[in-house]
Amino acid sequence: MINTGDTAWVLMSSALVLLMTPGLAFFYGGMVRRKNMLSILMQCFIIMCVLSVHWVLLGYSLSFAPSNGFWGGLRWLGLRGVGFEPYTDYAATIPHQAFMIFQGMFAVITPALIIGAFAERMKFSAFLIFTLLWATFVYDPLCHWVWGSGGWLRTMGALDFAGGTVVHINAGIAALVTALVIGRRKNLDHNAPAPHNLPFIVLGTGLLWFGWFGFNAGSALAANGLAVNAFVVTNTAAAAAGLSWALIEWFHNGKPTMFGVASGAVAGLVAITPAAGFVSVVPAVIIGLLVSVFCFIAVSIIKPKLGYDDSLDAFGVHCVGGIWGALATGLFASKAVNAAGADGLFFGNPKQFLIQLIAVLVTIGFTSVVTFIIYKVVDIFIGVRVNEKEEMMGLDLTQHHERAYTVLE
Amino acid sequence: MRLIIAIIQPYKLEEVKEELYKVDVNLITVSEVLGHGRQKGVAEVYRGAKETGNLLRKVRLEIAVNEDFAEKTIKAIIKGAKTGSTGDGKIFVLDLKECVRIRTEERGSQAIG
Repeated sequence: MINTGDTAWVLMSSALVLLMTPGLAFFYGGMVRRKNMLSILMQCFIIMCVLSVHWVLLGYSLSFAPSNGFWGGLRWLGLRGVGFEPYTDYAATIPHQAFMIFQGMFAVITPALIIGAFAERMKFSAFLIFTLLWATFVYDPLCHWVWGSGGWLRTMGALDFAGGTVVHINAGIAALVTALVIGRRKNLDHNAPAPHNLPFIVLGTGLLWFGWFGFNAGSALAANGLAVNAFVVTNTAAAAAGLSWALIEWFHNGKPTMFGVASGAVAGLVAITPAAGFVSVVPAVIIGLLVSVFCFIAVSIIKPKLGYDDSLDAFGVHCVGGIWGALATGLFASKAVNAAGADGLFFGNPKQFLIQLIAVLVTIGFTSVVTFIIYKVVDIFIGVRVNEKEEMMGLDLTQHHERAYTVLE
Repeated sequence: MRLIIAIIQPYKLEEVKEELYKVDVNLITVSEVLGHGRQKGVAEVYRGAKETGNLLRKVRLEIAVNEDFAEKTIKAIIKGAKTGSTGDGKIFVLDLKECVRIRTEERGSQAIG
């Protein structure tokens, strides 16, 4: 039975989630050097184009068509049979295609998150092929396991409200793998690049925070109390994490920074994502306050020590924050918030924590192996990295024959 | 006194600065400039319209030194900026007539260091 309020909210949420990808483009774009600004915007926008088409033709079927557990198969290829009647196993009160397009926006932003790891040094052609293969062989299967009808992690009882494992740990671990295999940017030791435009980072953060209400509250797939809960805890966790990052910097470096608050807010949004439909507001504050501690340690202490060049901290924020969020769901989940969920460790059900841990480890294992294989295949056929001269001149000029800013008019 | 002007690759600035500090040259002025050498820059395309001969971004250093420091300074810039490929840049050395430190009104060699 279609509910008009639910349908309106899910359509609105889909638009909000779409806006997160341009938001991410500015968030990441502000962090790179001027000569690579357009390459980041271009990679994010071309993902919107390519994966939107991929999703309706192939991706949705692979992710969500009912199956034996591993892959959705080809039954819903080209949206055959995906119409305007509800598909009750996913959402009983909205047209099936509304659910499909909402999920499509998640399939768009997830590979865009990985861009942060190989920013400023990947060939555009290689990037396109890598992204298409990654969507098909990493995102779609994992999405099916966690959310698809018959998916084995879902059957096991893993809780992931809006994409902690499917989106953030998944993209974050793929980021670490690609950062490791593509190698560090040239001249990093002599010339640690400062973000070229901090206001863009803040603009991007604002758009992400705004869009995230669609991401999390929309994942209720209805305009109801659960959506309100997700909305409230999302805002709370983002706020707590932004504040906490600023305080950490204040104590650790002497001054709080704008970049720090923006990073903290995004980390908080990441961490609350899997938990948004299962935890109440006080756990959301704890999740937010602590995620900045973990992510700060990852990006400011561990990364420099180990020396990998995850240029824009896709791993340090999304994977680390996502793992914390997924595990915190196993700690703080409560049936009082969502009867369809489960109780966590602090509500007398330690088994849920274990299930969450398994889901995290499975995601890390599966994604890192398949991402590595995809990277190597692309590298063998066309080469992934630009040559030294192109890297030095910047990807804007060498990959797109454009530049973002003029010096002389 | 000499005025040394060097045009270098932007990404080489930090290395050149490090080399200059090593030979105790600490006073430099840096500006961002556009230019191209024999290669005539790069082609750019905007909505299908191709523009050729575009200028590339470079960094320009200005360093005023006493005679005995000139050769060290030049060598330091070369050490920091040279890659051996086209686009490494140029160094120009000019005679410098006068130098005044505004704060103390000192002049000449005294004012440079």
